[in-house]
Amino acid sequence: MTRRNELAPAASVDPMLPTPFRIARRTAETADTFTLELVPAGIACLFGFTPGQFNMLYVFGVGEAAISLCGDPAKPESLFHTVRAVGTVTKAMSELEPGATLGVRGPFGNGWPLAEAEGKDVLLVAGGIGLAPLRGALRWLLAHRQKYGVIALLYGARTPDDIIYRRDLEPLQRSCELILGITVDHPNPDWRGKVGVVTKLIAPVPFESSNTIAMICGPEVMMRFSARELQLRGIPDERIYLSIERNMRCAVGFCGHCQFGPDFICRDGPVFRYDRVRSWLNIPEL
Amino acid sequence: MNTMDTAIATHPFTRGINPRYLHLLTKGATYERFGADQPIFQETFDADRFYLIHSGHVALHTFIPGRGVTTIETLGGGDALGWSWMFAPYRWHFSATAADPTEAVALCARTLRDEMEENRDFGYWMAMRVSGVLLERLQMIRVRMLEMYDPPE
Amino acid sequence: MSIPNLTAAQHPFLNGLSEPHLRILGKTATPKRFAAGDRLFREGEAANGLYLVNTGNICLQTRSAGQPVRIATIGPGEVVGWSWLFPPFFWHFDASADETTEAIVFDAAQLRKDCEEDKAFGYELMKRVAEIVVSRLQVTRLKLVQSVKHDLAAALPKGE
Repeated sequence: MTRRNELAPAASVDPMLPTPFRIARRTAETADTFTLELVPAGIACLFGFTPGQFNMLYVFGVGEAAISLCGDPAKPESLFHTVRAVGTVTKAMSELEPGATLGVRGPFGNGWPLAEAEGKDVLLVAGGIGLAPLRGALRWLLAHRQKYGVIALLYGARTPDDIIYRRDLEPLQRSCELILGITVDHPNPDWRGKVGVVTKLIAPVPFESSNTIAMICGPEVMMRFSARELQLRGIPDERIYLSIERNMRCAVGFCGHCQFGPDFICRDGPVFRYDRVRSWLNIPEL
Repeated sequence: MNTMDTAIATHPFTRGINPRYLHLLTKGATYERFGADQPIFQETFDADRFYLIHSGHVALHTFIPGRGVTTIETLGGGDALGWSWMFAPYRWHFSATAADPTEAVALCARTLRDEMEENRDFGYWMAMRVSGVLLERLQMIRVRMLEMYDPPE
Repeated sequence: MSIPNLTAAQHPFLNGLSEPHLRILGKTATPKRFAAGDRLFREGEAANGLYLVNTGNICLQTRSAGQPVRIATIGPGEVVGWSWLFPPFFWHFDASADETTEAIVFDAAQLRKDCEEDKAFGYELMKRVAEIVVSRLQVTRLKLVQSVKHDLAAALPKGE
């Protein structure tokens, strides 16, 4: 399995030194999730990345966190990261206002198999904030629409209030370029959409299982069950890709903190083929 | 075969069924059409039907004190709806309402129960199939519960 | 081993079963005792047992991002172990005893054979299984519906 494809540039300069970026814009997505648009603070530079990769974002005086890139890879002038405020670093990040500076190291890891998916049907299955690493992939797929067959985005959130990227999703619901399925676990009284587990959205999609690539991102349990469901629908394990998350420290394959089976997430992932990681999905964290 | 017979024969629930049993299912069955927001059945009422949804979407809901009417799950074409008809006291444990225009075959519960008792081969097949679908549903609900568990950063 | 005199009184699951059916079950039954912490089975292993719990508690759990997460607790009078019923016949979760637990364990491969050979027996067994799964489904559904954190809905979004 290739670690990077031709769309994925290596980390520029010294991957251990953060480059200062400025917060150009901060958008609230849900009660505890926000999206930051970052632009270079010093000399302007073009930051290329492939969807699926991540950056280490450094909050000065607090620490670093690994956050997936979620922007359009065709527009590298700004970097977009969607962050959930759950730990010390991300909570500190959530307090920063536009104009504040962050350190950026990256991009690290490998990306989604967008080149391999050409000529095939593509299923994107996302749970909660797992939609963020897939957003750039969706942008790419739609920008090169003619290269792909059926494109479906299947998205499950806990509640309607947890749905991120609403402004992107609403026009997509009317688009004939892709199939969009959305479901929640816990509806509110105004919710008129589907209620249930995201795997239930798979059945009505008319994909050809022998010629489909699936990309899954979300809570680990959701990914395990989605992968299993796709397996049952006839998609071979080698065509199912997951994005695995583990606590990250150096991000350059050195400290072993993100070890996952025999692999390091930062070096061999975060995107993994299902046949490779199937047996590791139950092992405890370091 | 008419619309209803086709709907029963092609529904995932009857996949692999011995063709001899199909007529046992169609006895007393009706083809139902529900408009959007039309109630299908009500919690605590007699569970006298077993539904095979052909098309549309059905919301299963119940009343939670402090929260009001809450949708538990959405089912669609290809799903089977309703299990309370199989077990005493044969009363619905939740309510079901069509979320959009829905078509379903309504099988007669009493006929099914009688046939299962009389014809043990059929009874075994039905019990196996029902258990299989129920276990899938249980797995899905469990996954939803587990997804509530947020790993720390 | 077997339990030649298995009676319906020995567990609610056996309630109402006929003598001949109890004898079929008795042939594949083994009484087992688990100490606190003993593992019954592991997720991914071949599923080969139906467990009727008489005393004690069994913890069903899985892992989410490396952390163990409890799915359910099975107590006296309850049943655990469905995965032997349907392909692909492996366990979907881990099971271990919370405390000293006594259970009647049935050989699943043999049970499957018995069901196929004697459909009337198969019907009685599967009817009971279905009933238990329905009630477990109900309980889990209600747990799910009631488990939303209230502060999620109450918190106001920050920023613009």
